[in-house]
Amino acid sequence: MILIFTEIADGAIKKSSLEAIYYGSKVAEMMGTNSTVLAIGNADEAELAKAGNFGATKVLHANDTKLTNPNSMAYASVLAETVKSIGAKVVITAKSSFADAVTARAAGALKAAVVGNVTELPDLSNGFQVKVSIFTGKAFADVNVNGDVKILAIKKNVVAPIESGNSAAVQNISPALADNLFAAKVTETIKATGMISLPEADLVVSGGRGMKGPENWQPLLDLADALGAATACSKPVSDLDWRPHHEHVGQTGVKVSPNLYIACGISGAIQHLAGVNSSKVLVVINKDPEAPFFKAADYGIVGDVFEVLPKLTKAVLANK
Amino acid sequence: MKILVCISSVPDTTSKISFTDGDTKLNKAGVTYIIGPYDDYALARAVELKEQTGAIITVLNVGGADAEPQIRKALAIGADDAIRVDVEPTDSYFVAEQIAAVAKEGNYDLILMGRETSDYNSGVVHGIVGEMLGIPSFSPVMQLDLNGNEVNMTREIEGGKEKLIASLPLVLGCQEPIAEWKIPNMRGIMTARTKPLKVIPAAGSALTTTEKYSLPAPKGACKMIPAEEAEKLIELLKTEAKVL
Ligand SMILES: Cc1cc2nc3c(=O)[nH]c(=O)nc-3n(C[C@H](O)[C@H](O)[C@H](O)COP(=O)(O)OP(=O)(O)OC[C@H]3O[C@@H](n4cnc5c(N)ncnc54)[C@H](O)[C@@H]3O)c2cc1C
Repeated sequence: MILIFTEIADGAIKKSSLEAIYYGSKVAEMMGTNSTVLAIGNADEAELAKAGNFGATKVLHANDTKLTNPNSMAYASVLAETVKSIGAKVVITAKSSFADAVTARAAGALKAAVVGNVTELPDLSNGFQVKVSIFTGKAFADVNVNGDVKILAIKKNVVAPIESGNSAAVQNISPALADNLFAAKVTETIKATGMISLPEADLVVSGGRGMKGPENWQPLLDLADALGAATACSKPVSDLDWRPHHEHVGQTGVKVSPNLYIACGISGAIQHLAGVNSSKVLVVINKDPEAPFFKAADYGIVGDVFEVLPKLTKAVLANK
Repeated sequence: MKILVCISSVPDTTSKISFTDGDTKLNKAGVTYIIGPYDDYALARAVELKEQTGAIITVLNVGGADAEPQIRKALAIGADDAIRVDVEPTDSYFVAEQIAAVAKEGNYDLILMGRETSDYNSGVVHGIVGEMLGIPSFSPVMQLDLNGNEVNMTREIEGGKEKLIASLPLVLGCQEPIAEWKIPNMRGIMTARTKPLKVIPAAGSALTTTEKYSLPAPKGACKMIPAEEAEKLIELLKTEAKVL
C-alpha cells in the first residue's frame, strides 16, 4: 500500500500535492497495489474527492479542529498512525519545508528511510532505487532505499499528471492526538496575502542587486502580475531587507523548479544557480554581457532591467 | 545549560562537483570542505547564547576523520568540546540515530543544527532526532531567544513567518538571520587545539546505499535577444519554449 501525504492550503489540495498523488498512484501501479491519500485539516469532501482525478482511490481525512492550523508534530503523529493502520510500505509527499518537518518525525516513529528531492519514478528492477537531486541540483545520485517503510519527498515538476476524471472515496478518520503535540504556542503568524506561493509557482520573476533598491521593484512586480508569476530574489537582496526572506532563492534559500524563471539584475553566482537550475526555462536580463548567468540560461537579454522590464510587461498584456 | 550543535562537513558552495571510480565516489580532489552553511548559523547563535547564559557547547559531527578540520574550526569559533561519531553519514535516519544516541547520553537542553545539509538538502535530521528523543522539533528557525526555560522563536513558513513559544528541551533546525556567521580569532584557533575531541563508534546501520552518481546534461547555448526587441522574448516563450 502506498500512502500520499498531502498539504491543504485555503481548503484546497496544493498543486504540488496533486503531483505527489499522481506520482504515488504510478508507484502503486508499478508495485501492483493501491494508493491512499492522507489529507489533514479543513477541506470539503468534493475538493478531496479530486484526488481521484490524479489516480488515488481513497482519501483518509483527519479533520479534528485541533488540526486546522498546520502543526508538524501533530500531523506527523497522524501520518505515522495512518502508515501503521493501513500497513503502508511507501509514503510519498511533495518536498516542502512543512512536509519535511512532518515526514521527519514520522520517520523517527516508524524507523523509515527518508529520501528527499526525488526526480523520477523509482526503478523496481532490483530492489527499490530512486534518482535524487544532490548538491542543490549540481548532480544526481541513484539511491537504493532499504528499510521496511520508505518515505520519498519528490521535487516539483517531476511528473506531468494526466487527469483521469475519476473521483476518490473520502473517509473521515479521528486519530488519537496526545496533548504534548500542542505544547508549543504560535503567538503570531505573518503571511503575505494574495501572493502566489513561490515554491508552488509555475512562473517566477526574480530580482537581484541590479535592481538597485527596494523602491525600484515596481517594474518587476508589474511583469509578475501580468504573467501571474510569483516573485523571488537573490540572497543579498533579502539580506539587505529589500525583499522578505521567504523570497530568497538559491543554495541557502528556497529551491525552485518552475517552468519559467526570469532573473533580473542577478549575476548568476554558483550558489544562486544551485537553487534555480532545475527550472525548465531560464531567462536572464543583465546589462553585463559577461555575467555568468548567461552560461546557464536558455534566453538572454543584455540590457538595463529598467528599460527591458516595461517592454516585457507591455508585450504580455498585449498578448492577453 | 548544555547546548549540542550538530555540524556537517560539506564541499564549499562554490565547488565544482564531479565523480570518480566509475561514478561511484565524489571526486574530492581540489574540493575544500566547510562547516555546512546552515550549521554554521546554528553554531554562531549557540556561541551568542553561551555569551549570554554561560552555556556549555558540545559540537557533534557524524563523519570520517577528514571532518576534523571543520570540528576544530567549530571549537575555535567557541564550542567547548567535540564528539565525532566515526562513520560515513549515509542517510538521514542513520545520522539522526547517531545524534539521538549522543544526545540521550549527554542530556542537552538545546540541540541545534542547520535546517538542512548543503549536499543532500533533505532537511529531516532535526525532526527525526526530536521524535527519537520524544521532544519537540522546529525548523527552519530564523530567530531564537531564551528566557530561562522558555524559548521564543520565529520560524519561516511558506510565504511568511510565525512566532512561537515553547519550553526546553528542544531540537531546532536553523537558518539565517538567526545570527551572523562567525570567523575564529587567533586565540580561538590556539585554544581549539587542546579542547577535547572524543571519537566514538556508530550504532545501528544505514538504510540507504548509493549505487551511482551522475551530472545533469550540459545546457545548450543561450539564445540572445537584442534589448531593443525585448518583446520578442514573450513570443519565443509562447511559441518556442511553450512555457506561457
Ligand atoms: C555560503 C554561501 C551561500 C550563498 N547562498 C546564496 C543563495 O542561496 N542565493 C543567492 O542568491 N546567493 C547566495 N550566496 C551569495 C552569492 O555568492 C552572490 O553573492 C549573490 O547571489 C549575488 O547576488 P546578485 O546577483 O543579486 O548580486 P550581484 O552579484 O551584485 O549582481 C548584480 C547583477 O546585476 C547586474 N546589473 C546591475 N545593474 C543592472 C541594470 N540596471 N540592469 C541589468 N542588470 C544590472 C550586474 O551586471 C550584476 O551582474 C551565497 C554565498 C555564500 C558564501
